[in-house]
Amino acid sequence: MEVRAAGGSAPRRGSARNRELLALIPVALLLTIGFAAVFAQNDSQLGNLSLSYGLYFLAVCLATHIYIRIRLPDADPYLFPLMALLTAIGLVMIYRLDAELARDLARDQANWFVLGLVLFAVVVHVLRDYSVLERYRYTIALTGIGLLLAPRLPFLGEQVNGAYLGIRIGPVGFQPVELAKLCIVVFLASYLREHRELLVVGARRILGVTLPPLKHFGPLLVVWGASMFMLIFIRDLGSSLMFFAAFLALLYVATGRLSFITIGLAMFMAGAWVVYSTVSHVADRVDIWLDPYQDPSGAGYQVLQSMFAQADGGLLGEGFARSMVVIPGSSGDGFLPAAHTDLIYSLIVSELGLYGGAAVICIYLLVAARGFKIAMMANDGFSKLLATGLTTVFAFQAFVIIGGVTRVIPLTGVTLPLVSYGGSSILANFILLALLLLVSDRARREARRGGPAPPAGVWS
Amino acid sequence: MNARIVRLFGFIAISFAVLVGFTSQWTVFGAEDLKQQSANKRPLFKAQQIKRGRITAADGTLIARSVGTGQGASRQYVREYPLGGLFGHPVGYNFVEQGNSEFEQFHNDELTGEDSEFTTLFDELRGRKQVGRNVSTSLDPTAQQTAFDLLAGRPGAVVAIEPDTGRVRAMASQPPYDPNLIPEQLSELNADPGSSLVNRATQSPYPPGSTFKLVTATAALDSGNIDPDTLIDAPASLTVQGQPLANSGGSAFGEINVTTALTNSVNTFFAKLGRRVGEETLYEYMDRFGFNSKPDIDLPSTQLATSGVFGPDRRPLRADEGVDISRIAIGQERLLTTPLQMAEVVATIANDGDLMKPRIWDTVSDVDGRTVDTMEPSRQSEVMSEETASQLTEAMRAVVDEGTGTAAALSGIDVAGKTGTAEVMREECAGLPNQAWFVGFAPADDPQIAVAATVECTDGQGGTVAAPIAAGVMQTLIGG
Repeated sequence: MEVRAAGGSAPRRGSARNRELLALIPVALLLTIGFAAVFAQNDSQLGNLSLSYGLYFLAVCLATHIYIRIRLPDADPYLFPLMALLTAIGLVMIYRLDAELARDLARDQANWFVLGLVLFAVVVHVLRDYSVLERYRYTIALTGIGLLLAPRLPFLGEQVNGAYLGIRIGPVGFQPVELAKLCIVVFLASYLREHRELLVVGARRILGVTLPPLKHFGPLLVVWGASMFMLIFIRDLGSSLMFFAAFLALLYVATGRLSFITIGLAMFMAGAWVVYSTVSHVADRVDIWLDPYQDPSGAGYQVLQSMFAQADGGLLGEGFARSMVVIPGSSGDGFLPAAHTDLIYSLIVSELGLYGGAAVICIYLLVAARGFKIAMMANDGFSKLLATGLTTVFAFQAFVIIGGVTRVIPLTGVTLPLVSYGGSSILANFILLALLLLVSDRARREARRGGPAPPAGVWS
Repeated sequence: MNARIVRLFGFIAISFAVLVGFTSQWTVFGAEDLKQQSANKRPLFKAQQIKRGRITAADGTLIARSVGTGQGASRQYVREYPLGGLFGHPVGYNFVEQGNSEFEQFHNDELTGEDSEFTTLFDELRGRKQVGRNVSTSLDPTAQQTAFDLLAGRPGAVVAIEPDTGRVRAMASQPPYDPNLIPEQLSELNADPGSSLVNRATQSPYPPGSTFKLVTATAALDSGNIDPDTLIDAPASLTVQGQPLANSGGSAFGEINVTTALTNSVNTFFAKLGRRVGEETLYEYMDRFGFNSKPDIDLPSTQLATSGVFGPDRRPLRADEGVDISRIAIGQERLLTTPLQMAEVVATIANDGDLMKPRIWDTVSDVDGRTVDTMEPSRQSEVMSEETASQLTEAMRAVVDEGTGTAAALSGIDVAGKTGTAEVMREECAGLPNQAWFVGFAPADDPQIAVAATVECTDGQGGTVAAPIAAGVMQTLIGG
């Protein structure tokens, strides 16, 4: 292979990894301080336990960092620290809830975090050449749909707040929608990579509207159908919205046709309206979104409590562990139902204020910025679309749940990626991280070497 | 494709900006609105989690305390009043759902520790819980009980003030209510025909009758309009504005001085005196005594009544608004005063002419018992000269020694005072036409306590009904 002199703009391998390492230290420090603050609040004394938690966290992150250094030396240096930061924020908030809920959620979450990193390593190892994903795209798509269907299966699925989002095998609960989102994105990226030109070239204008050729649009109609299907059968507006947004974003990036997006949006609206007027669960959610005071102690309780908790937060928040979560002397829903999952953003705003909430949103924006940067650096269509899709679905999931608890959109039951308590979410998002870093590693190595490179892992 | 990716990122950035926008709506711009929603129980529970300070009487007797239930984060406090109805007025009540009133409301910041919040950043960092401060009062439980016993269930009020400090020693209002019952019975108590929730000492404007002659006499003597020896002819009756104005009992007194006129409460003398003094001067002295504006006392101003001459729109009329000076001078016309205001009048005379601001609180101390604030007596106004005050004191001694107020006499203690009996034809009084008053202080030569006592709906006179009540309360406070 011809080796060209590295240009000034080409990233250097070593410095990228060092920046990653440097970025991990403040994250571990933040976690330590966060745990210490919760300790101080609960026990009025500082143990060295918070320090050991911080060190433990740092050690796990360092191990991952070393693994990345070996296997993905050219990967984006900021994405992993940003995701570790989100996990750290989640761990601190969940740890703060443990005392009040008398549960060990933080320990579980920490275990999931370690498991997530192991899964990350496995995915990086197995998918050194992630283009194999393209070959199995229909299998992957079917797996995704199967995962989405699983909660409706008897003996397996379970209904939470009227939506079918979870499956349960013995003591282990799982939210298949988290994994399904990855499958759908991989399928879409692969399908659109192959058909995007046909979609553009074959398009014709009918009555002033540019329509894609029906033949190639069939599978995309299936995606629309799947979204509607999710609305009807899984009854979850949030994940349906998240999927469809990722779909439209990919369609736009692949074809550059805004008219496709308009048509897609119109179809989604039409479908959503039909579902709204026929499926009572979805209609209830929308009505409560429009006027939560119509049933303040029933259907509107969750979103109202979310707003009330935020009102208590103000600009700077009430401080760690000072927001009211459980109602004294009662074992009911409490002031902040599902504080560790759906409403964790409200808890953050209540205790850290508007500044804390805005900071969390900024972290998601930074993750999106890094994700899109990876997409822009990637050389082939599949990598570009894959990175775009993964980033969009991650960012949109954050939008859907934060938008839900701040009443921008109806409140639904998706998790706040990496912050909310939940194993499936952690695992799925670390697979997502693995895929993004795989794309990034290849793209940056090619940029450094000035041309296409062999698959990762054979660089030495 | 890269330009589209940038545009997609722009779209996501805008979406996230919307999230920040909505968050700031709930946390900052619309936060007050959300906190006031009745569906929002957070503020209620927050208030319940603060241990409110104790309220104690002058002798340390516990008037109000907060009792905690539950442990840790779910610990909450409820107010308890060990003395029941004795200090329902003026201490009031404080409950999370029903709100608060009177002293509890006025001193809320001290009692909740609100005033000490953020005093040290260190406390904040340590996450120290907000704790209320204890407030002690100058109220005397024995005197309050004496007032209750002597009112004996008749609607009325007693106010006792230390003339030289303004410290309120007793403030009794009948019928009483028990603040402990507020959570269960607030709506019933609000509908109570006896209006037990009304503090008659501060919220009930009554016609003062002849006790107001003290104000007229003050204006006349202090402005130099008359001296103690000035003689004015006091016939049995006058015609003022077409209506007869007669002496009680119908007797003519001839040429008399102000002491004789006070001793026998001669209406015609004071009606003429009022005209001599004039509206402007009388109003000036009323203003100095605190009439025509809310009293300056540590109770919420929304729960205080103004004393003055009230026009049809329930606003105190000014001197140039066509008031009948002859009848005001004898405490009639549309003149209404609270027992607190009349106690301030006699306390001023007792304190050589200086009106001290009446105060119920005495000290504020923190949870560790350190006193953090002490009430410093302060003068509200210089109403009259020392000379005028001693001239009035002499006349008021005569009232008790030989005049209408002999029932207020105490053995071994010189009492100075003035009686009053206003005829009020109120429906709820069911044929008992009089508002009986006694205002005074003791000992006359070295006043320690000034008292106003009044009884609603009685067929007795101030000298027979109210004077013994005032005497008993003064006896308790001086003797005890």
